[in-house]
Amino acid sequence: MASGADTPRHAHLGDRAFAAGITLLGGAVLLVVGIIVVACARLSAPAFAKLGFFRFLTGSDWNPVEDSFGALPFIYGTLVTSAIAIVVAMPVAIGLALFLTEMSPSRVRRFVSFFVEILAAIPSVVFGLWGLMVLVPILRDVVEPALQHRLGFLPLFQGAPMGIGFLPAGIVLAIMILPTIASVTIEVLRTMPAALREGALALGATRWEAIGAVVLPYARRGIMGAVILGLARALGETMAVTMLIGNQPEIHGSLFAAGYSLPSVIANEFAEASGAVHTGALAGLALVLFGVTLMLSASARLLVRLSARRLVAA
Amino acid sequence: MNVALSTPVADTARPKLEVQKLDAWFGNVHAVKDISLGVDARSVLAIIGPSGCGKSTFVRCLNRMHELTPGARSEGRVLLDGEDVYAVDPVYLRRRVGMVFQRPNVFPTMSIRDNVVAGLRLNRVRADYEAIVERTLTQTALWDEVKDRLDASAIALSGGQQQRLCIARALAVEPEVLLMDEPASALDPIATAKIEELIDELKQQYTIVIVTHNMQQAIRISDKTAFFYMGVLIEHGTTQQLFTRPERRETEDYVTGKFG
Repeated sequence: MASGADTPRHAHLGDRAFAAGITLLGGAVLLVVGIIVVACARLSAPAFAKLGFFRFLTGSDWNPVEDSFGALPFIYGTLVTSAIAIVVAMPVAIGLALFLTEMSPSRVRRFVSFFVEILAAIPSVVFGLWGLMVLVPILRDVVEPALQHRLGFLPLFQGAPMGIGFLPAGIVLAIMILPTIASVTIEVLRTMPAALREGALALGATRWEAIGAVVLPYARRGIMGAVILGLARALGETMAVTMLIGNQPEIHGSLFAAGYSLPSVIANEFAEASGAVHTGALAGLALVLFGVTLMLSASARLLVRLSARRLVAA
Repeated sequence: MNVALSTPVADTARPKLEVQKLDAWFGNVHAVKDISLGVDARSVLAIIGPSGCGKSTFVRCLNRMHELTPGARSEGRVLLDGEDVYAVDPVYLRRRVGMVFQRPNVFPTMSIRDNVVAGLRLNRVRADYEAIVERTLTQTALWDEVKDRLDASAIALSGGQQQRLCIARALAVEPEVLLMDEPASALDPIATAKIEELIDELKQQYTIVIVTHNMQQAIRISDKTAFFYMGVLIEHGTTQQLFTRPERRETEDYVTGKFG
């Protein structure tokens, strides 16, 4: 591996042992990922053989009894809940990060940071339970009727307010990914050289103007990376979404409707899957999910690295 | 604000900047101790002294940048044209009192052109930006070097060019006073010489306070020099007098290189 390339030929024995050791560990990570992908691919082979990959990907019917499997409702549910999560969490998390790094006294910063970390440590089943007991009744009785009353002309807010569906799943996801986005954004803002902010202030900028003109443009890529990391977490979240989304393999334009997500259906059906095609279809969904999150994580890393390079150049 | 906007008629007898009994702290560290001095309009005051003597803190009090540091505070008065700078909006003050920092801090996400006019944009000044870009870059002897690539990123410039761009950026908002905190300390000798030439020209128009580590530089560019030691103003006088016939023993020891 590349880690061995820098080691001179006559390096000390200890160095070489160390290099070999970490190469092995690094390789093990790749191996695990490879094994998972290969296992999923082999498991899903019967389903792809029967349905065809493209038909599987674009089909919207999910009926294990008739061996009809389409991934689209689950892809849709995962993307919609994740999109709600990003739309809700992004402004709050970035605002929080800006407040904590630019405005708040250090005592407040420590206090709030502690609670943000606590938020990240809450198990997702607890979030799901809270969503069911607290959020769903509020949405059903207050928020959804109000949205419908005001914005009911939009397809997004039509249909019976049930409480359960895309909206509560998305909102709970938003709360769950908030700490991820906020803490990475805080790190990005911390690496911002104080001299740049001072440069703007010395020109007669107010704090807000300095943030808008210098801080945010400088941190933009890093913040985008933070958002994509949060998105990756939202895409893969299983338990809380399963408890709140309604678990109906259907595609609805309304956020009030029930749906299903990729991780949820895998968790719910895998244990009772009947036959190689059903199991294969679930493994196929796992591959789809893996592909989506992999692409997003890779682009997040790329963005953060580009932002760091810019930092060195400055 | 209205009071601040009406600049008093220039009074030749009154210094442009007057510092009266200024004290500054970082938390419990008393960095600037009871300093009083005046700076004449269109002159260069050099502030010299060993590291940690409060030079930078002192100039940062003049445009109220000091108070932005958490835990920092100051006491005493700083008068700009007779008006207490601590009684006006700091945002407005900093347009009248520009600053150039020790390390060039061009805005990395902006082009060369946008860097120059950044202060004008921030203050929503309507003006002929193209003309200002050309004028300030010409003043800072950068125009010929960058006129063909004004839209290139500012971080593509060399360190010396970046520092001159920072000076152009400070000049674009037409301040009356220019504070320079060791503007050449991160630069090579050729870039330093250019900055010094520039300061010599700028003093026709601006009142300049420059912190420097380099005593030769202070001799070359300044009209008056103040020697700080451990937060205290030890001696303040014309540059020639301070370097050739210092009144205080500490000043003599410092300018002759016995410590520092």
